[in-house]
Amino acid sequence: MKTIRRVASGFLSIIFLATLFAGILAPAPYAKQFRESPNASPSRLHLLGTDELGRDLFSRLLYGSRVSLLMAPAAALLATIMAASVGGAAGYIGGWIERIVMTCTDLAMSLPWLFLLLTVRAILPLNVPPLGSLLITFMLLGLLGWAASARVVCAGARSLRSSDFVLQARACGSTPLRVLLRHVLPNLRPILFAQFLTSVPVFILTEANLGVLGLGVSEPLPSWGSLLRGIENWSTVQANPWRLAPLVLLLLAVSSFQLILPREGFVE
Amino acid sequence: MRRINFAFLAIAVLGASLPARSQSGGELRFVLRSEPKTFNPMLVDDESSETIRYLTGGVLIRLNRKTQALEPELAVSWKVSEAGKKIKFRLRDGLSFSDGTPFNAEDVAFTMRALMDPNLHSPTGDSFRSSEGSIHVDVLGARDVSIEFPASVAALDRLFDQVAIVSSHSPKKEAAVLGPFIVGDYKSGSYVLLKRNPYYWKKDAQGRSLPYLDSIRLDIQQNRDLELLRFRRGEIQLINSLDASYFESLAKEAPAAVRDSGPSLDSEQMWFNQVPAAPGPDYKKKWFGSANFRLAISVAVSREDLCRVVFSGHARPAVGPVSPANVFWFNASLQPHPHSPQGALRRLQQDGFRLDGRVLRDAGGHPVEFSLITNSGNKSREQMAAMIQQDLEQIGIRLNVVTLDFPSLIERISHTFDYELCLLGLVNVDLDPNAQMSVWLTSSSNHQWNPEQKAPATPWEAEIDRLMKSQASTTDQNQRKVYFDQVQKIVWEQQPFIYLVNKNALSAVSPSLKNAVPVVIRPQTYWNAEDLYLAPERPGGH
Repeated sequence: MKTIRRVASGFLSIIFLATLFAGILAPAPYAKQFRESPNASPSRLHLLGTDELGRDLFSRLLYGSRVSLLMAPAAALLATIMAASVGGAAGYIGGWIERIVMTCTDLAMSLPWLFLLLTVRAILPLNVPPLGSLLITFMLLGLLGWAASARVVCAGARSLRSSDFVLQARACGSTPLRVLLRHVLPNLRPILFAQFLTSVPVFILTEANLGVLGLGVSEPLPSWGSLLRGIENWSTVQANPWRLAPLVLLLLAVSSFQLILPREGFVE
Repeated sequence: MRRINFAFLAIAVLGASLPARSQSGGELRFVLRSEPKTFNPMLVDDESSETIRYLTGGVLIRLNRKTQALEPELAVSWKVSEAGKKIKFRLRDGLSFSDGTPFNAEDVAFTMRALMDPNLHSPTGDSFRSSEGSIHVDVLGARDVSIEFPASVAALDRLFDQVAIVSSHSPKKEAAVLGPFIVGDYKSGSYVLLKRNPYYWKKDAQGRSLPYLDSIRLDIQQNRDLELLRFRRGEIQLINSLDASYFESLAKEAPAAVRDSGPSLDSEQMWFNQVPAAPGPDYKKKWFGSANFRLAISVAVSREDLCRVVFSGHARPAVGPVSPANVFWFNASLQPHPHSPQGALRRLQQDGFRLDGRVLRDAGGHPVEFSLITNSGNKSREQMAAMIQQDLEQIGIRLNVVTLDFPSLIERISHTFDYELCLLGLVNVDLDPNAQMSVWLTSSSNHQWNPEQKAPATPWEAEIDRLMKSQASTTDQNQRKVYFDQVQKIVWEQQPFIYLVNKNALSAVSPSLKNAVPVVIRPQTYWNAEDLYLAPERPGGH
C-alpha cells in the first residue's frame, strides 16, 4: 500500500512540476490558433495534435492542468477553512448552536449546487477577464463546497469536547476560544487533511462538469473541464484517440488523490 | 427477338427505379428530436409537429422546396385580388379524406374559419393576421371558394403552404387528412407511425398511386450521437440536418450517404447592444452606436476562417439577412465584407481610436474592451466566439467571452439589456421577407439591437421601417424585391447585425432510399416524401 501511495504522490508531484513549468515545456502559447491545421494528428510540432481551432493540445493540457491542479486545491483549502471554522466551533460549543449550524449545513447540502452556480454565474458582471472568471469559478466552488466537510469536522469536534485534555484545559482556566484554537483544532488536523484531500478531486470534477456544460473557465484559458469538451463527440474520439489525454490525466490525478488519502483512523 | 429483349430491358430498368405495383415501398425510419406537441394541424408550433403536419396534411398550394415555386395541390388554380386582400380557389374534383369523406369547398371554409378564430390561438392563423377584423369566406360552389381578409396580406398565396385542410363533417375531425400519410400509431416518448393514406389522390407518371412508401416510423430521440449510430447501423435511413463535425465523420465512412445541399437559410450573426437605457458607460454606447465601429469589427473578423475551421468548409461567409439560398429575395449585388485588420484599424482611426502598443484606445483614452455573450452548450458558437476573440486581439481589442445558459441570455438581451455584444443564430423557415418584419420594424420587440422604439432612433432605421412597410403593402413581387434589396443594402452598410456565416444544409440519406433529393428549405430530405421508396435490401448492401 505504501508503494502505491508513493507512486501516486510521485505522479502528482511530476504533474504539479510540469504544470508549474508549463511556460518552458509548452511548445506554443495555449491560445494560439494554428488555423491552417485544425484537428491535426500528433506530430513533432504538436505532440498531442491540435484541437478544432488548431490550438496545440499539449500546451493546452499543460496550462489546463495548472489551472485545475492549482485552483482545485485552493478551492478545497477555502472550503476546508470554512468547514473547520463552522463545524469546529459548532461541535465544540454544542447545544442549540450546534443544532442551528447543522440545520444550516443540511440546508446548504440540499441546495441544487449546479443551479445555484448557474444563477450566480448569470448575475456576475460580464466584463471579467478569463483569469478573473477562473478565480470566480473556483471561489464559488469553495464557498459552496464546505457543508459536507463541516458535518464531519463537527462530529470530530463533538467527540473531543469531553476528552480528558479538553476538560483539563478548561479546568486550568483556558478560555473557550483558546481551548478551541490550541487544543481542539490541532487534534482535528487529520480530519481536516482528509477532508481537504477528498475535496480536491470533487472540485476538479465539478469544474470539469461545468466546463462540459460550457459554464466553467472562459475562453481562451484552458482547464480540464474545457478540454474534456473535445471528447463530447464520440466519432471525433474514435478518429483521434489522443483526444482522450485530458480524460486519462484527470482520472489518474483523481485516483492519485484518493490513493494518498490516509486510510487509518483520523485521530492518531 | 431483339424487340422482346429491348422490352425486357426497359421493364427491368423501370423495375429497378420504381417499386413494382405488388411490391412494398418499405418503411422509412427517421428521428424526431422532440415529442410532437400536437397532432392538430392548426396548432402546430414546433418542429416535430410540423413534420407530422407536412407528411399528413393536404394543402391547397404547396411550395416546391426544390424550385421554390408555388404548385397547385388540392386547388387546381387560384387568384389573388384586391391588392392581396382576397384569394379565390378552384378545387380539385373527386378527392376524399383518409376516412373516405368527400372533400369540397365547405372543408376549406371550415378550416379557414377555425384557423382565424382568435380563441383558437393558432400560430398558423396568426401569420394571416395583418390587421384587426374577421375574414369573410364565401363558398361559391362545391369546387369554388373565396376568402377575403380585413387587410392586405403580403405573399398571401405562399401562406397556404402551411394550411392543412381539415374536414368539416368527418367524425374523425382533424385525424381525417388529405396528405400522403395518416397517423397509424403513436406511443408517447417512443415513436409515431405514419401509414399510407389509401385515399391519397396523387399518381405517378405511370398512373400508380402515391406514396410509394407503406409507412414512416418516426422514432422520438433527442441524442444526436445515438441518431448517428443508428444511421450507421442502418436502423434509420435519414438524418434531416447534420452538424459539420458529424457530417465529416460520416463522410469518411460512407461518402455516398452524406449530402451537402449548399448554403441554407440559417445564419449566425452578432449584434451590439444599442439600447440607450442599457446599463454601461456612455463611451461604450458611443462606440456601439457608430456604424464605422461596427463595420470595423465586421471586417476584423475572418468569415472565411469561421467557415473553414468551425464548419469544416460547410458554410459560406454571410452577406446579410437573406441567404444566397433564397434565390429570389437575395440581393446579389452585395458581397461579404472582406477580412482586413488594417482596414478595420483605418476605420477606427476615423472615429478617433488609436493603437497604444497592443491596446486599442478611444479618443478619451479608454481601452477598447467589451464582452460577447452566447448560449452555453452550442459548441460551434463557442468556437466562433474564440476565433472572433483572436481576430479582435489583432487590432488591440480585448474581448471577454461569456457563455450563459439560455434563459439567462434571453433575460439579458430582452429584459435587462445588460450585455454588450451577443452572438446567436437565426433559423429561417420562410423565404418571404414578411417573415422578418418583426426583426426590422423599430417598434418591434424583436428589433434586437434596440427594440420597441417609440420613434426610429436613426434615419437609416426610419428608412428600413418605410421600406419594410412599403414592400408589405404591395403585391407586385418585383417592386417588393426592389424595396427589400434596399433594406439589405442599408443593413450591409450599417451592420446593426454583423452577419457571419450561412451554414450549409447537411443531411444524411441511406443509399437504399431512392428518389431523395435533399434541398436547403425545410424539410430538407423528405419534402418529396410521396416519391420516396426503399430499394429491396441486397445481401451485403447497406
